[in-house]
Amino acid sequence: MSFLVGHYNYWVVIVLMMVGFYILISRGNLVKKLLGLSLFQTSVFIMYISLGKIAGGTAPILMGGHGGDDHAAEEAGGHAAEGAAQAGDLLGNAATEVAQAAGQAAEAASHASGAGEVLYSNPLPHVLILTAIVVGIATTAVGLSLVIRIKESYGTIEEDEIHAMDESL
Amino acid sequence: MDFVVDATLLVILAVTAVTILRVRNLFGAVMLAGIYSLVSAALFTTLDAVDVAFTEAAVGAGISTVLFLGTLALVGSDEKRPQHRPILPLLVVFITGGALIYGTLDLPDFGDPNAPAQLHLAPDFIEGSEEDIGIPNVVTSVLASYRGYDTMGETTVVFTALVAVLLLLARGRRPMRVWHEARGWISVWSDEELDPDLRTRPRDDAEGDGPEGGGDPAGDDDATTSTHDASPDPETPRG
Amino acid sequence: MDDKVILRVGAKILIPFILVFALYVQFHGDYGPGGGFQAGVIFAAGFILYALVYGLGNTLRVLPPWIPYLCSALGVLIFAGVGVVTLALGGEYLNYDVLAHDPEHGQHYGILLVEFGVLVTVFGVMVATFYAFAGRGRIES
Repeated sequence: MSFLVGHYNYWVVIVLMMVGFYILISRGNLVKKLLGLSLFQTSVFIMYISLGKIAGGTAPILMGGHGGDDHAAEEAGGHAAEGAAQAGDLLGNAATEVAQAAGQAAEAASHASGAGEVLYSNPLPHVLILTAIVVGIATTAVGLSLVIRIKESYGTIEEDEIHAMDESL
Repeated sequence: MDFVVDATLLVILAVTAVTILRVRNLFGAVMLAGIYSLVSAALFTTLDAVDVAFTEAAVGAGISTVLFLGTLALVGSDEKRPQHRPILPLLVVFITGGALIYGTLDLPDFGDPNAPAQLHLAPDFIEGSEEDIGIPNVVTSVLASYRGYDTMGETTVVFTALVAVLLLLARGRRPMRVWHEARGWISVWSDEELDPDLRTRPRDDAEGDGPEGGGDPAGDDDATTSTHDASPDPETPRG
Repeated sequence: MDDKVILRVGAKILIPFILVFALYVQFHGDYGPGGGFQAGVIFAAGFILYALVYGLGNTLRVLPPWIPYLCSALGVLIFAGVGVVTLALGGEYLNYDVLAHDPEHGQHYGILLVEFGVLVTVFGVMVATFYAFAGRGRIES
């Protein structure tokens, strides 16, 4: 059960990736393909950021000093446990188990980091994905300009019509 | 509670993705892609990636939508009904998805603080940002200082993309010098500004470029852009 | 133009704030989320909004095309130039420690300059790409 909880995030993101991939390979309209590619890229970003998330952590922006942050971390752990109890009331047993496990993990994490530090999520995937987003928009812009020029040359942006024109030369 | 927010956002993303697949009016699909970007920005925020969320919202929901809409205005916004049976693409997608899911079985649990990825370089960066660099935003310090080379490469990639776009789409919109009866030589950018009763005289040094402005804005008239008039190959029939 | 009064007035009020917000994001990128990329895109968005509301001709008069082209190249030059300066000052390429009397201040200067280079390039690229896309007429087929 905890395996399911621990991995469902990745599986849903893989489903998103595959939807984007399917749009890319099954649709003939060039702009639709580029939309599918953009969907695929964004899902890959979500995957990477999920890999960098630490339960009970916070955004990697260092807060004031180290000392004042134990309270924030412990409070966060406490709130997580409370939230788990409330979620349990709403969702039933299995979900209670799940939410409590998450709350306990958060508390454990914050206690483990306890002695002087706040737990920050891993900043390295964030940097990589920041770069990837910008490069993604750059390639999308080039792809769209290619589509515009193809439309001007062939008069259509449907892939099978373009192939037909090419083959009829 | 995090779990619930996470799950809800992922479900919204999945529904949006499937709708983009099914919708054949491309305008709607582009708007849905903007929604997809925005919801994934919200998801990034719950995953503690605030810089990434900011960038995704600005770039994905902003610039990307504008560029797609600009393209749709030029190429038309309806998609043809799919002509081929989807068996082969579905097969490929299922096999790929299956392989990826098989790969994730070995991944550490979501949010595990003891995963190898969290233990290798991240603590050094977080400490170094505090001590050596003195900047609270660890992502900025990693982006600009620890991984400065990558950022330089990325800036160069963005510039190169601009060069590629200009090479493809550069029908220069130079200002045209026009002789106006009352005002003398004036610079005019668009055809709407030309009144029918304005006399047009070519510039003294101009090579007869004319209102079309067929050169590219870099000023290089060597015509690497062979389609000075966007006219297709004579043998290629227009669809 | 009567039906566009709301758009025009709204854009006229908003655009200065958008541009200032972009600068805020740029300079507070050290202390909160932000940095060069986000700021560059937001700064470009201000001008793109102006183009959408007031027309491309007016925008070309406000921001002639040579400015985004220049900015795109200038930003890369600034970034690479910071590296060359650090080389000249005795450190390795892009080692900001040598830029000031004190390594930490050197890092601050280096990051400021480098993020400024990124802002300028991203702004130039986004606006120039928009000009390229919007400057083309409708294609008949």
